Amino acid sequence: MTVHSFIDDELETAPAISALRTGEAVETTAAAGQWTLIWHKFRQNKVAIFAGAVILFLYFVAIFAEFLAPALPEASRPQFTYAPPQAISFFATAEDGSTQFLPHVQGYTQTVDQASLRRTFVVDDSLVVPIGFFVHGPKYRMWGLFDTDLHLLGPLKSTDTMYLMGSDKLGRDLLSRLIYGTRISMSIGLIGVLFSLVLGVTLGSLSGFYGGWVDMIIQRGIEIISSMPTIPLWLGLAAAIPITWSPLQVYFIITLIVSLFGWTGLAREVRGRFFALRTEDFVTAARLDGSRERRLIFRHILPSLTSHILAVVTLALPTMIVAETALSFLGIGLKPPVVSWGVLLQDAQNVRTIATAPWLLIWPAGAVVIAVLSFNFLGDGMRDAADPYES
Amino acid sequence: MQAVTDHLTHATDDAAEIVMSVEHLSLDFHLRTNVLHAVRDVSFVLRRGQTLCLVGESGSGKSVTARALLRILDKNGTITNGKILLRGKEDEIDIAPLTERSKELLHIRGGRVGLIFQEPMSSLSPVHTIGSQIIEAVLLHRAMSKKEAREEAIELLRQVEIPNPDKMIDRYTFEFSGGMRQRAMIAMALAADPEILIADEPTTALDVTTQAEILDLIRRLQVSRGMAMLLITHDMGVVAEVADAVAVMHFGRIVEQGGVEDIFHNAKHPYTKRLLASTVKLEQSHLERDEAAAPEKAEPVLQVRNLTKVYGSATGWLGKSTFALKAVDDVSFDLMPGENLGIVGESGSGKTTLGRLILRTVEPTSGAVAYHDADGQEKQVTELDQAGMREFHRDVRLIFQDPFASLNPRMTVRQIVADPMIVSGTHRGKALEQRVAELLELVGLDPLTMERYPHAFSGGQRQRIGIARALALDPRVIIADEATAALDVSIRAQILDLLLDIQKRLQLSFIFISHDISVVRYFCDRVAVMHRGKIVELGDAEQICTAPVEAYTKSLISAVPNPDPRHKRMMHRTRFTAQG
Repeated sequence: MTVHSFIDDELETAPAISALRTGEAVETTAAAGQWTLIWHKFRQNKVAIFAGAVILFLYFVAIFAEFLAPALPEASRPQFTYAPPQAISFFATAEDGSTQFLPHVQGYTQTVDQASLRRTFVVDDSLVVPIGFFVHGPKYRMWGLFDTDLHLLGPLKSTDTMYLMGSDKLGRDLLSRLIYGTRISMSIGLIGVLFSLVLGVTLGSLSGFYGGWVDMIIQRGIEIISSMPTIPLWLGLAAAIPITWSPLQVYFIITLIVSLFGWTGLAREVRGRFFALRTEDFVTAARLDGSRERRLIFRHILPSLTSHILAVVTLALPTMIVAETALSFLGIGLKPPVVSWGVLLQDAQNVRTIATAPWLLIWPAGAVVIAVLSFNFLGDGMRDAADPYES
Repeated sequence: MQAVTDHLTHATDDAAEIVMSVEHLSLDFHLRTNVLHAVRDVSFVLRRGQTLCLVGESGSGKSVTARALLRILDKNGTITNGKILLRGKEDEIDIAPLTERSKELLHIRGGRVGLIFQEPMSSLSPVHTIGSQIIEAVLLHRAMSKKEAREEAIELLRQVEIPNPDKMIDRYTFEFSGGMRQRAMIAMALAADPEILIADEPTTALDVTTQAEILDLIRRLQVSRGMAMLLITHDMGVVAEVADAVAVMHFGRIVEQGGVEDIFHNAKHPYTKRLLASTVKLEQSHLERDEAAAPEKAEPVLQVRNLTKVYGSATGWLGKSTFALKAVDDVSFDLMPGENLGIVGESGSGKTTLGRLILRTVEPTSGAVAYHDADGQEKQVTELDQAGMREFHRDVRLIFQDPFASLNPRMTVRQIVADPMIVSGTHRGKALEQRVAELLELVGLDPLTMERYPHAFSGGQRQRIGIARALALDPRVIIADEATAALDVSIRAQILDLLLDIQKRLQLSFIFISHDISVVRYFCDRVAVMHRGKIVELGDAEQICTAPVEAYTKSLISAVPNPDPRHKRMMHRTRFTAQG
C-alpha cells in the first residue's frame, strides 16, 4: 500500500511565484485600472507598437507640414517638369581637387528632344546644390499664426531647387506636396471617424440596450444603408456639391459623405457588446442596487466598451482614408489647390505619365498603403488588448 | 482482506504493480507578470487496479499535474524537472523528455493512458455522431477494420451502460444528457483499452444523483479491467467513496499522501486537517438549535403564493399553443424574520428562476409575492411600480453565484461597494467613505484595500466584496443564489460562517438557493426541495437531511458522497426513477 508521508512544515498562504527575470521584483497589478492592464497587454504586440509609432510619425508630419516641407506645394517651375528624384551625397570635390564634407544634391542638365518636345534630365556631377538643416527658404504662415521661412531641410540658397522625390508636370516638388497631402488625408479620416463615432455609439447603444422594436428599426435601417452600393452613391452626392464652394467647404462635405457609411459597422459592434453586457451579473447587480437606465449605461456598460470602441474606430480610420483617396482619384472628391494623397494620385492616372515619371504613382500610393496597414495593425493590436480581464 | 493480501505480497508484488511513477516533477508557467511554479517536486505512483485521488482546491496544480502526464500543457508551461515513468505491458518509458508530436507520445495519449475531462459538453464534438468519435479513437489505436471498430464501439457503449447502444451510436452529442455524455466520454477513453485512466473532475459538472452513477460506473470498469486510475477532484466526499490512496496538493506541492484511511483518520499536515475539518463541518447543522429564540407568532417577511413561471407558452403564429415549459410550478412558502430557508434541487429544477421571480428580474406568469416591510406594511411585490421596486430591492438583496462576473472589473472595490449608496443617496462624501470601510471590515476585508480592483482578490475575497455590497443598504432579506458554489470547500465554510455571523448582528432572513445539500444543511433552518419546478418537500433542515419522506428527496440525500471512507453512503443509495 502507499506509504503515509507528509511534508512537515508550516501552511503556505500563497502560490509560489518568482519574477520573470532574476533580480527583478514581482510586478503587482492590484491597484492597476483597466487602462494600465490594457497597456500591459498591448505592449506585448511588437507589430502593433511599431504601427502605432508609424502613425504617430504620420500625424507629426501632418501637424508640422509647413516646416517639414522643403518647398511650398504650389511653387511650380516649368523648366523642371517631371524631374526625376535626386540622391543626397555627403562629400563633394572642391575646386582644388580635395574631398570635403558637403551635403548636397546634384543638379540636372536637360535636353529637349526636338521631335517629341520631351525633356530628358541627366544628372550633372559638376552642378552641386549644397543643402542643410534649418535653412531659410520660401516664406509661409505657420498654422496661420505667424510668418516664417525656416525649413527643416532644403537648399542653402533659396533660389536653388531640390527634388528628393522628383517633380510633377508643373515642376512642383513631390515631397513637399506629399507632406502637405498627409495633413489632409490623415485628418479627413479622423474627422470622418468622429462623425461615425457619434452616430454609431448613440444608435448602437440605443439598439443594444433597449432591444425590441427600437433595435428592430435601427438594425433594419443599418441594413438598408449598408446594402447601398457605395461608389455610385458617393459619386452622386459628390457631384451635387456646388462648384462655387470653397475648398474648405468641399473638404467638410466630403468627410461627411465618407463617414455616412462608416458608422454602421461601429453601431453593430456596440450593439453586440451591449447585448452581451446587459445580461452580465454586474449589470444585474447595478440594476438591483437601484441604478436608473442612464447610470447603467454611462457608469457600468460604456466604460467596459470604451477600449473596444477605440479599437473599432482605429480599424475604421483606414476605410475613411481609402474612401477619400478613391473619391479624389476619380476627380469628384477634393480638388486642387487642396493637396491630398488622392489628389496626388490623380496625376498618375495615365500610362504615359507612369512610364516617364513612375515616382508620381509610387510615393503617394506608398503613403496610402503604409498609413492603411499601420492603422490595421494598430487596430488589431488594440482589439486583442481591449479586454484585459478575459483569462 | 485487502490489507492482509497487501501485507503478504508487499515485498514481491509491489514493484510489478506500479504502472506509472512520477518522480520529482516540477512545472513552471511563464505568466505575463511573473513565473508561477505550478507544480513543485511532486512524486507519486499509480498501481494496477487501484485509484489514486489527487485532491486539492483550485489553483493547487492538480489538473496541471494530470495534464503533464500526457504532455498536454499550455504553451507557456514547461516541465523543469522530474521524470514520468510509464511501465506496464511495454518497456519502461519516460514521458517527460519526449518531443511534442513524437510517435511514442501519440501512442501513449489515448493508447496507453486514457483521459476524461470535466466538461462533457465541450470535450465532445457537436457536429459528429457519438459513434464516429468513438470509432475514430478505436481505429487510431487498434488494428481493426471499420466494421469491427463499430462493433467495438457498440460494445463500449454497452459497457458504460448506455441503453440501446446500437441505436444511440448514431446520435449526436446534443441528444445526450450531461450524464450520458460523460458516459460516452468514458467509452472513448476506454476505446484503446488503456492501462491508466486519468479522470479530471469527471463529475463536477454533474448533479449529485448522476455523479453517484458515474462514479459507480468508473469504479466498476476499473476493477473489471484492472486499470490504474488517477482521479482528480476537490471533493473530499468523492475521495472517501472511491479512493485507495490519496495525495493532497496545496499550492503545487503534495503536502501529504497515503492510504485513504490514513488521510481521513490520521491526517498529519495542517492543510489536510483544515480541508477535512471544513468538509466535516458542513456535515452538520450550524446551530445548537436554540429553538425557543424563534418567535412563533411573528409575521413572515415574505409570503410566496402559487408562484408560476411558464416559458414558451406564447401562442404560435397560427394561433396554436406551442411547447411550454413550467420552470416554476405553483410554488408557495413563507419566510420568517431571522430565518434561513434553503432551496435545494438539481440543475433545471427551477430554483434559480424562483429567486429571480421573487426579485422580479424575471416576471412571474402568475402568483403573488407579499412583502412586509420594516413598518409592518404589506406590499404586493408583483404590483409595485418602478419606484416601489427600487425600494423593495433595497430591502431584499441578491448575492450572486459567480464572484468573478458579478463585480465590475473596471471599478475599484470602493466604487463597487459605494455604488448602491450613491444611487439611493444614503451617504455622501466622508460618511460614504467611512461606511464603505465599515462594511469591508464587517465582511473581514482590510479597508485599506478599497482602492484595489477586483482582479487583485481571490474568489472568496470577491464573494466577501459582493456580500458587502449586498449589505450596504441595511437589507432585511438576502437571497443567496448558489453563493458558495464557485468557492473551494475551506472558503465555503468561512463564507457561510461570515453570513451567519452577520445575520446574528443585523437580523436578516436568508433564502439560500443551492444544489449542495451539505451547505444547506449547515446553513439553513428549513429546507424546500425542488424537482421539476415544484416543491416536493418542505420541512426542517435536519429532518430533510436525515429522515426524508418523499422518494425524490431520499434518492437525492443518499447520493451525496460521505466524507468518511468507513461509511460509504453512495454505494447503498436509494434510486429514484422519475415517472413521465
